[in-house]
Amino acid sequence: MTGKIEKSPSPSEVGFSLMSRRTLLASAAAVAAGGVVLAACGDDEDEGGSGGGGGDAGGEVTFGSNYSDEKPKAAMQAAIDSAGLNVKVNTVDHNTYQENFNTYVQQPDDVMCWFAGYRMRAFAGKGVLGDISDVWGNLPDMSEGFKNAATGLDGKQYFVPFYFYPWAIHYRKSLFEEKGYAIPNNWAELLELCEKMVADGITPFAAANDGGWPQMGMFDMINLRTNGYDFHVSLMGGKESWTDDKVKQVFTNWGTILDYYQPDVNGRTWQDAATALGNKEAGMYLLGTFVTSNFDAETQQDIIDDIDFFAFPIIDPVHGKDAVEAPIDGFMMAKSPKNEAGAKALLTALGGAAAIDAFLAVDPSSVAANSKAKTDGYNALQQKSAELVGSAKYIAQFLDRDTDPDFAAKVVGKAIQDFLADPSSIDTVLSTVEEQKQTYTFE
Amino acid sequence: MIGTSTVSTDIAQAAPPRGRRRRFSQLSRRDKTVLFVMVGIPAFIHIALVWVPALLTAILSFMKWDNVRPVDTAEAVGFRNYWEIFTIFDNQLFPALFNNLVLIVWLFLCSAVGILLAYLLDKNLKGTRVYQSIYYFPVVLSVAVVGFIWKSVMFNRDAGLLNILWPGDPIDFVGDQSKLFEFNLPLLDFPLGLSTNFAALLVAMAWRHIGYIMVLYLAGLKSFDPSLREAASIDGCNEWQTFRRVVFPGLKPINVVVAVITVIEALRAYDIVAALSEPRGTEVMGTLVTNSLTGEGGGYAGRGSAFGMVLFLLCIGFIIWYVINNFRERDA
Repeated sequence: MTGKIEKSPSPSEVGFSLMSRRTLLASAAAVAAGGVVLAACGDDEDEGGSGGGGGDAGGEVTFGSNYSDEKPKAAMQAAIDSAGLNVKVNTVDHNTYQENFNTYVQQPDDVMCWFAGYRMRAFAGKGVLGDISDVWGNLPDMSEGFKNAATGLDGKQYFVPFYFYPWAIHYRKSLFEEKGYAIPNNWAELLELCEKMVADGITPFAAANDGGWPQMGMFDMINLRTNGYDFHVSLMGGKESWTDDKVKQVFTNWGTILDYYQPDVNGRTWQDAATALGNKEAGMYLLGTFVTSNFDAETQQDIIDDIDFFAFPIIDPVHGKDAVEAPIDGFMMAKSPKNEAGAKALLTALGGAAAIDAFLAVDPSSVAANSKAKTDGYNALQQKSAELVGSAKYIAQFLDRDTDPDFAAKVVGKAIQDFLADPSSIDTVLSTVEEQKQTYTFE
Repeated sequence: MIGTSTVSTDIAQAAPPRGRRRRFSQLSRRDKTVLFVMVGIPAFIHIALVWVPALLTAILSFMKWDNVRPVDTAEAVGFRNYWEIFTIFDNQLFPALFNNLVLIVWLFLCSAVGILLAYLLDKNLKGTRVYQSIYYFPVVLSVAVVGFIWKSVMFNRDAGLLNILWPGDPIDFVGDQSKLFEFNLPLLDFPLGLSTNFAALLVAMAWRHIGYIMVLYLAGLKSFDPSLREAASIDGCNEWQTFRRVVFPGLKPINVVVAVITVIEALRAYDIVAALSEPRGTEVMGTLVTNSLTGEGGGYAGRGSAFGMVLFLLCIGFIIWYVINNFRERDA
């Protein structure tokens, strides 16, 4: 793997740093002026774009969607409608979709929803995805970093990014104001804040791990702050030993805040932990910005408005707060779609600003990947997400998106559960991970 | 319902007319055609849908295949998958095998309770239908639903019914993997034992299994000749003796079915564990197999097949034992 391909988008490329937005717009405009037709409407665009493909862009395109919850489903429909194409949407429950993806990808719909990073690359490497490098010629608003995140190991593009959502420590503004808490900038301040909360009878950290994935975020963040982004990438790539002192240090650091966790982490769902944050029983909660979706927009809007987040505090000043986790969701094309021209037209449209604007208008819980998407309609949390990602130097995906998902779920996920159940067992746990790691190829 | 139909065929077979073999040769041409259609087609479907996949799984368990590329990219690796699951993934395989073993013992206990309930309900108590419905209710629900009910309504640590009623510190029924008891086996570098969350799952499984066995046994009891019972009571048997000496032996075919179902249920346990997203400590063979073969991480078809073959050999061992026993008795 080359370093370039592994890199997720860097913040200036993401284009949400408010400082640099203007320059980005200018450069995007320059590209457009340079002769690339902006793909606002797939129909018109396609005839010139991908003449080689079979099918007719006006014909029916099938679209495999895992946006099965009510709100995202409506949002996705709005995005599709904005493309103005003849699209047949097949929506599958998102858990089922993910679980059956191995089978599904062999006979998929023309265009399908998926995730960036290792998860896309693994399938691209197995030759079951369609090369959409030519579509990228029509996506001038996607920055170089997103292009890298959409590129397979062979240097071709297989993915169109749609949006992303960062992981950060969420808190309730009113609680922090009321108790006079300050946002911790480094690890010592974080521990100090935890002590204050304990003294005030508040559990410092809401914490969940049902399903085995929520605490992967905590591992990632402590690892990124302790050992830096490059180490994260090479650890996820199977190139580092899990019995290394650097990995042990992550768990040692983690151990110091475990006392401030809600008890019994392993069986709690992320929703229950979010409820504890909402009730002000717990002070802080590390999760993706989707945490707000636990609260009902009708009756709990005051809680949603009261939730804010801050970047994970500094552990090692060398790394500062240079990395953030922000998984990217988007689309891929089948290897041999029934309607290739239509599929590419749809992908071009979905990569455009109009589609993501339509999506976020319905479901504003994430941030657009397209640098020309409307940001003036962003709510405070979206604005902040953009700033958070903009102020970071590196963007990681997530533990189970940056490495072999089987290794993530069955080896690291189990290890984290074992660690949380008995932190003193960490040496055994890590040597088991290292042993089991040897059976994975990380290709 | 599958259970009862098995019962009736079993009863029919339990009293076979003597000299069946001689009669077989007397089949007319038409009989043979009917026999071919009625036995041949199901047999063909059975072989195509059960034994061919089983054979393919056996072959896959000696291969390395990512489940995505064309199948001709699979390469033979000998016994490596087996070596991997028995030595490297031993911390997943052996707890799962142990949990399945615990399940066999536990479900037999539950079957006994089911039989007891059936026996009581057969007494035409007042409101027996109501009781029957209550006990049978969990069986009507899909097992996945049973899993979700227990997970979110009963076991939830922060708001679950059991934790509201429980006077002490809340218990994490879903995630607590600490062992209630444990012991060490010679070659394993970790202890085996019954973890708290699996013990909690056992309760949920009992809730369902008891009703299932109860209905099955109740059907048998209804068909039991009441005159035998009368005779027993005239001979001075008390309730327990009547059951132990007359009813229970008289329902032998159903007892066998109950035993078979109990073992099969214990070995194939999957759904409730999966509905609780298989927290550490609750793994059973069924979830190990499925998680390795399907899902996003299902890129290790060989290893998953090896897990599958371990489960398959356990099941087939039991089935062979059962078939041999059954035929031996009939021939006798």
